[in-house]
Amino acid sequence: MTEFRSVDLVKEFRHLVSERALTGETMVLNMGPQHPSTHGVLRLILELDGEIVVNAIPDIGFLHTGVEKNMEAKTYQKAEVMTDRLDYLNPMGNNLVYSLAVEKLCDLDVPPRAQVLRVILAELTRLNSHLLWLGTTGLDVGAMSVFLYCMREREMLLDIFEMCSGARMMTTYIRPGGLWRDVPVEFEDAVNRFIRLMPRQIDEYEALLTNNPLFLERTKGIGKITNEQCHEYNITGPILRATGEAYDLRKAQPYCGYEQFEFDIPTRNEGDVYARYRVRIEEMRQSVRILEQAMRNIPYGPVRSNNRKFIPPPRSEIGVSMEALIHHFKIWTEGFPVPKGAVYVSVESPRGELGVYMESDGGSKPYRVHYRTPTFANLQILPILTRGHFVADVVAIIASIDIVLGDADR
Amino acid sequence: MNDALFAVVNHIQQQFLTKLEINREQLSLVVSAEKIIPITKALKETHGFYLRDITAVDYFPQMEPRFHVVYQLCAMRENLRLSLRVPIPGKEPHLASITGVFPGANWYEREVWDMFGIRFDGHPDLRRILMPADWQGHPLRKDYPLGYEEVQFTFNFDEIARRKPKGQM
Repeated sequence: MTEFRSVDLVKEFRHLVSERALTGETMVLNMGPQHPSTHGVLRLILELDGEIVVNAIPDIGFLHTGVEKNMEAKTYQKAEVMTDRLDYLNPMGNNLVYSLAVEKLCDLDVPPRAQVLRVILAELTRLNSHLLWLGTTGLDVGAMSVFLYCMREREMLLDIFEMCSGARMMTTYIRPGGLWRDVPVEFEDAVNRFIRLMPRQIDEYEALLTNNPLFLERTKGIGKITNEQCHEYNITGPILRATGEAYDLRKAQPYCGYEQFEFDIPTRNEGDVYARYRVRIEEMRQSVRILEQAMRNIPYGPVRSNNRKFIPPPRSEIGVSMEALIHHFKIWTEGFPVPKGAVYVSVESPRGELGVYMESDGGSKPYRVHYRTPTFANLQILPILTRGHFVADVVAIIASIDIVLGDADR
Repeated sequence: MNDALFAVVNHIQQQFLTKLEINREQLSLVVSAEKIIPITKALKETHGFYLRDITAVDYFPQMEPRFHVVYQLCAMRENLRLSLRVPIPGKEPHLASITGVFPGANWYEREVWDMFGIRFDGHPDLRRILMPADWQGHPLRKDYPLGYEEVQFTFNFDEIARRKPKGQM
């Protein structure tokens, strides 16, 4: 049998812990990767002085699946299926940014109906992600019941996704050039029912947490970060907005027609766990506001671009047109050639800036795809946020960063 | 296109003599490896740019220099986007670390080291980040084979371990 080399904990992290840890004055404690509060498989090496965290060293990569390498061996349509698996709470956002990058490379137009539906789906996904974040944050600080309420509403969203795409989480519904297919007839009713219900439900969550003295005790003044640090450490999304900067890509560089909708960017100035909680709650309300506007006027028309060089023809055409059959065959077997070039496209995911760097060499497979994922960037500040706090607060801080390890490890 | 961005690019070009590439209305500067710290510093201090992303592309075997390290920068006030491309030859690739300018570059440089084997000189903690610490090779290089992992059982463990792709160190 081959011997497995064990990685010596002290040797690997020796240069990261203080001198006091080597003499045994402070304690080095391993937390995770299998720990219920790490939201997946995050490992932390904590250096503790009694109950106080001196240093926290995040160790990621346990969920690394080599998505970027795999994409290089697949055609553009097939590679998209993997994007859902990155940030599994924001599948539509991952599809969206991938599609935007391919559209930018191919210079594809998206019909107006697809644009509005994309906005609706992106906002529903944002609510989906924030609901799960709220539920798990509640669990992490000891408020059990919030989780149950959040899951109840999230179920409605997953039903809507299933209705559209046939899958509850791994949707691959937003495709380059538009959507996979038009939404079913029940879609509008289901979304309308959801947005009628949602504001009241958000009030309900807030009644459970916002002024709850136990929750305030656990979150106020915990895990503080300043605006300047956010800039230095490449932080985007709700963590940045909780430090008082109203920076949201939906406003800063509108995509998919976000400029037509009226919404505010919620900000808070404290930069602590509680501020991040308030920002996300307010973002949920704003998402509902965008949804209300978008649902009022969904234009009629096709949901996919008509450019037959990139987009497969509809089934009805294949029976009557030889050319359509050829296009169908070519696109689904060898894929479509994408013009040479490199682009970086980014959208606002529930966690921050989700960017994709895509490079094409003129073939039908991407030469290089790189996802700039918000969790990867945001997790870097964990040592700064946790320093000087109790071990129990580490859990609340991890929850407030809203980590998804699939997003960080790719 | 954005005039403010062109003003920044002109200023940087005058100072550092870099080549400008425009691709789908996105601007990128081709920067030589030794200038990366002064350029990022100038962009940060005079124009308010912050780091968004670092990645690399491997052009093996068709192109020399083999690697391009790609930096994405963003000035948040006006939302200006600029990317920097640094070509690096393939033999013992190395590049100055910009963690001194942007502390947030830390993990990104570790990822590029892990995936492409590009060393960052002056990086405070250059370890593998996504792959296991004792992994051989750098997966995102184009000469690193993709997949086809055979399942190892007790009876054929050594046999399969012998012919497993090792990649290039």
